[in-house]
Amino acid sequence: MVEPFKSVNGVVAPLDRVNVDTDQIIPKQFLKLVQRTGFGQYLFYDWRFYPDGKPKSDFVLNESRYQGAKILIARANFGCGSSREHAAWSLLDYGFRAILAPSFADIFYNNCFKNGILLVTLDEATIEKYFDQAKRAGFSLEIDLMQQTIRDPEGSVVRFDIDPFRKKALLEGLDDIELTLKHEEKIRKYEEKLQPIRLIQK
Amino acid sequence: MAGRTIFDKVWDSHVVHEEPGRPTLIWIDRHLVHEVTSPQAFDGLRLVGRRVRRPDLTFATVDHSIPTTDRSLPIQDPIAAKQVEVLGNNCREFGITYHDLKHPQQGIVHVIGPELGLTLPGLTIVCGDSHTSTHGAFGALAFGIGTSEVEHVLATQCLWMEKPRNLEIRVDGKRARGVTAKDIILSIIGKIGTSGGTGSVIEYRGEAVSTLSMPERMTICNMSIEGGARAGMISPDETTFRFIEGRQYAPKGEAFEKAKEYWREIATDDDATFDRSVHFNANDMAPQVTWGTTPAMVTDVTGNVPAPNDFDDANTRKAVARALEYMALEPGTSIQSIKLDRIFIGSCTNSRLEDLTAASKIVRGKKVASGVKAMVVPGSQIVKYQAEKQGLDRIFKDAGFEWREAGCSMCLGMNPDILAPGERCASTSNRNFEGRQGRGGRSHLVSPIMAAAAALTGHFVDIRDWDIPE
Repeated sequence: MVEPFKSVNGVVAPLDRVNVDTDQIIPKQFLKLVQRTGFGQYLFYDWRFYPDGKPKSDFVLNESRYQGAKILIARANFGCGSSREHAAWSLLDYGFRAILAPSFADIFYNNCFKNGILLVTLDEATIEKYFDQAKRAGFSLEIDLMQQTIRDPEGSVVRFDIDPFRKKALLEGLDDIELTLKHEEKIRKYEEKLQPIRLIQK
Repeated sequence: MAGRTIFDKVWDSHVVHEEPGRPTLIWIDRHLVHEVTSPQAFDGLRLVGRRVRRPDLTFATVDHSIPTTDRSLPIQDPIAAKQVEVLGNNCREFGITYHDLKHPQQGIVHVIGPELGLTLPGLTIVCGDSHTSTHGAFGALAFGIGTSEVEHVLATQCLWMEKPRNLEIRVDGKRARGVTAKDIILSIIGKIGTSGGTGSVIEYRGEAVSTLSMPERMTICNMSIEGGARAGMISPDETTFRFIEGRQYAPKGEAFEKAKEYWREIATDDDATFDRSVHFNANDMAPQVTWGTTPAMVTDVTGNVPAPNDFDDANTRKAVARALEYMALEPGTSIQSIKLDRIFIGSCTNSRLEDLTAASKIVRGKKVASGVKAMVVPGSQIVKYQAEKQGLDRIFKDAGFEWREAGCSMCLGMNPDILAPGERCASTSNRNFEGRQGRGGRSHLVSPIMAAAAALTGHFVDIRDWDIPE
């Protein structure tokens, strides 16, 4: 079951790189695991750790001011590349509930929403402002999904857009499959009319 | 009625349910499954006692985490062995056809789908793998999905989706000898960027596309995702039909003739309109080599490594500086002076018989440069068998290449085929991301003939300068 998402108030970690691909978010050596949990320790593994497992002090998530971060701000085309949902699982398991960026890759975007992570697309100027503010230790944002607002500690509020259906699904922690099965009658009718050439010929 | 694109037609014919303000529920004709992105989905089904709705439309194989060495030996990596075992168990439990490690038709899922006739025009095809876009070469709507969506398709044979936009990529003209489908798609991505196709389905059109063979079309559609598009399509034509005829799971006889009529109808109408169009000319294209850490960081083989200051945008300049540091390349270095340690010919982009045949013509009678390790990994056991029947394995082995069993191999290095830190590789795969082929490894994406030539010389060469036997 996906945990419903209503709001998040937390420290903001800035990841100042464009085109962050899912190979960086969760490197391939961790994709052999067959469960859904416990991926947080491997998040950004090659960027976070030396080959011997010691943390790299210059990587943003290893800086003391960003410990316990719940919100990630990122650059354009975040999450491009592979369809691995392990990327969403590792971000969530690490503690991120929301990611703000100028744009996201399509498959990653879907994967995050299916796991109760809110992705917010914002204009470059707003993202730039948050990057600037996030240099301060302890900088946090409060994101309210119902109101579709982001409030910074000075009280400045940014409104964001989100597809109404995705919003509803997040707020209620909707189970997609349950939702689909409500349309069983229509699926069955479609199925009955399938042309034989679309089936696998044995 | 206004003309429709092939994407519009395939979409419209798959709508199960739609209502305003919601995604659309679409029917999925084929669900391809592999070991890496499916175990959690099957667990999800078991947890609530759900079944696979259409095991007859679901098809599984192993490709990602398997070794490409002797198949009679057990898998050494215990975690990979477990993942493969779990897929086998899941397929048995849920009644899904499964081509396991020892099956004569095992292979990379995007190679065996078309090979077996599972991939047909007008179908919707999904797989928990972003390179599912490959199957769009047949005029199918094919795209990668995450594991939650894999579970959804297993349970319902449907998927919720917002309709993407139509993006036309037209490539006119004729390409020069030595310029391959790989060079066409790398040129395109170099121009539109890694997010140029986000939110869109690409249709590739124009003379330089319609004259391509099916394997070449697959190479192009395969890398649509590298341009940000989940799917790329090419309207089916006689080339498509000739490829499909007689394949194991394709319609036969009268059914095939009827199918052809339908497939002709779904091709894009002459008066169809696109949301956006980008035009290219193949006459202008040269063999491509990537120099950075995204497929869009690419240039002509006659070019040089750029400098960060060659780019206008501040974020791009930072990304280029970082990429050059990772790749250990100085701005201004000529591409042809870059020395290589490894050569990888394989992956769902370039591991079909046609790719191996082309590379073998470069390699025949010659030797891999000293200090270079080169390997060929056929895309499927069928490709391997056919190549061996034609003696290609001997040509490669005599030249000093390793000749392997089928799988994804060093494209993503989930198995033991990886680069050592600092090793530099000319690769026919699709991603040159940091660490993609092994932590600290440096990947340059090229065509199979460019990779083959680089193997012989130890650096990149302009293949157009070589005598390429027909």
